[in-house]
Amino acid sequence: MIREWIWAERIPLTRRWGVAVAALGLVAALILMGQRHGFGVLEYLQFALDGLRGGSIYALVALGFVLVYRVMGVINFAQGAFVMLGPMFTALFYEQKWPPDPGLRLALAALLAVGIVGALGMAIERLTLYPARRASPLTRIIITVGVYLTLQGAALLLWGPYAKVLPSFTTLSLLDPTFRFAGLRVKAQSLWIGGTLIAALLSLGLFFGRTTVGKAMRACAVNRLAARLMGIPVDTMSTLAFGMAAALGAIAGIVLGPVTRVTYDMGLELGLKGFVAAIMGGLVSFPGAVLGGLLLGALENLWAGVTVAGFKDLFAFGILILVLLLHPKGFAGTEAEVERA
Amino acid sequence: MRRAGFPSNTVGFAIGLPLILAIGGLEAFRPMGLSLPALTGGLLTLDTMIRVGLFTIILVGLNLLMGYAGQVSLGQAAFYGMGAFFSAILTVRARALGIPPTLVEAWWWPWLVMLAGAFLVGLTAYGIGRPILRLRGHYLAMATLGLGIVVYILLRENLGLPHLNLTGGFDGIQGIPRLRLGGILLWPAWRYYFLVWLFAFGAIALGLRVVRSRVGRALRAIHGSEMAAESVGVEVSHYKAQVFGLSAAMAALAGSLYAHFQTTVIPATFGFGPSLELVVMSAVGGMASIWGAPFGALTVLLVQEVLRTQLHRVIPNAQGEFEAIAFGLILVLIMLFLPEGLTTGGLRWLRSRMGLRPPSG
Repeated sequence: MIREWIWAERIPLTRRWGVAVAALGLVAALILMGQRHGFGVLEYLQFALDGLRGGSIYALVALGFVLVYRVMGVINFAQGAFVMLGPMFTALFYEQKWPPDPGLRLALAALLAVGIVGALGMAIERLTLYPARRASPLTRIIITVGVYLTLQGAALLLWGPYAKVLPSFTTLSLLDPTFRFAGLRVKAQSLWIGGTLIAALLSLGLFFGRTTVGKAMRACAVNRLAARLMGIPVDTMSTLAFGMAAALGAIAGIVLGPVTRVTYDMGLELGLKGFVAAIMGGLVSFPGAVLGGLLLGALENLWAGVTVAGFKDLFAFGILILVLLLHPKGFAGTEAEVERA
Repeated sequence: MRRAGFPSNTVGFAIGLPLILAIGGLEAFRPMGLSLPALTGGLLTLDTMIRVGLFTIILVGLNLLMGYAGQVSLGQAAFYGMGAFFSAILTVRARALGIPPTLVEAWWWPWLVMLAGAFLVGLTAYGIGRPILRLRGHYLAMATLGLGIVVYILLRENLGLPHLNLTGGFDGIQGIPRLRLGGILLWPAWRYYFLVWLFAFGAIALGLRVVRSRVGRALRAIHGSEMAAESVGVEVSHYKAQVFGLSAAMAALAGSLYAHFQTTVIPATFGFGPSLELVVMSAVGGMASIWGAPFGALTVLLVQEVLRTQLHRVIPNAQGEFEAIAFGLILVLIMLFLPEGLTTGGLRWLRSRMGLRPPSG
């Protein structure tokens, strides 16, 4: 039951093979292009491994897209802004003097930031999407675009255009240790990011599988009217789902913070790529979104390795168009769900 | 559904045309030292009015797509850019491409390029829209989002062919020639202003025509309910792809006109941000309203102008991006409180205040 809900649909074997063949073809093309640079297996593995770091972030962001889409039927383009606000607030609190222990301070700052962004998400849902709950999906999508622009503008007003810095979670300094094994390099922060993704997946699974609120939220996603008739406060569930998605976005931004430049406009790229990852997964499936994110991150980095650097972003959005043209259901997702988009 | 809108369209042309002519005449002759900036306290310049005209052309297409067919495009600036760069490349880099100089020198060459560009871009959009629009809902929005960014990156990265240097990368293309009509150079600016507004009114007339036609009725039916429209024999994906192609062609035409106006094109003008800006303009003017196009463009450009001159006092370090601050708020507020936009929503409000019956539908 929960398994079916999470996957949305078991993928038919033929379609799975089709996707596998397409992916293999893509990998073969990447390897062929890499021949010009004389890359060996180790280089490819390193590219893919580095890409998984970004991919985990896309996956976390994509989870937020899927959550909001399933419960509310809205594609939430404001998600990127929450990804930016997470590390922004964390950096703000980390810069304070209290508590004196930097580790404790970072942990508190991160917790506080996630809480604030989650609450902000809920407030925004109440103020913008809730009053427009009867409006057309078009109107609601445009509202989320407006929310994104507003939040980004507010961040620019509050913090200016300069990049903020978050310390590495391991050393609490700007230097992040690198581990080596079998000739591959992994940054410590990458392990934090991967661990966060796993933890997020597990807690989402527990939330939807074991808690009453989670089950109520699932009911809203399946049939809003029936859920309302069963006495579930569907509007509250929407608000909660939106807040959860915002918090997920903030977490993604915070764990990425130490290995990127935290600027007011960092949310655009991450939000859009998380969106691409969600589409790759069919927009309705949590594991699909995670798979989409990881695959997108790894392939994108391979692509950037074998072509010029300026072409890196071309991959994600090229994939977006291809997926929509050829296989709009993604890895998972039913016809009915796709039509609701 | 609203009827053909006979009185309001007549009123629109009756007010719009003389107003535009008056502004053009004022700038052309500058009687008694009067000029547009002097009369409006520096808020409006001929430059702004030309931009309003260009955006009107794009917005009429975008409104047909968003307001009438109910499909949001988050990448409309890409078609604008495709038109602009098509014109720029085929006029400035024509010789490098092996096109005979006699052809390039001819006065009609840029016009031919402009038409060909609009046609090709429209065809491309139709080709992309056809398969995607078979799916219901907002798949087009997602695809246009991807398309917009892909086109921007391709323009920025020289289409992936750095040795040809077709688009000029980040710096774009300079030295695009001014348009000529036979022996008449369409410059100084007021001459170009008349040209742009000729096209803009053409676009408005075309838009009104489309709305009133069989296609327009089909589009409104699709917006109402795709399933119902399909069940009475409206070929939904066909119409949607058609209007998508038309809106792309109009954006490309505006792009060509922009290229010959600015004489310089850079990829940044056609990125994701500008696409959102077009959506804001469309929402402000009123998506389901052809006359909303010039109003939306003018309002947003005026807001931008005020911000440009005033806001740097609040945030001294931000350059270029500060307009976005107000855009988001405007967009949310309009969608929440005046989802029909300033024109349709404003007129409805005015009518109800004057105790008149609101228009049917």
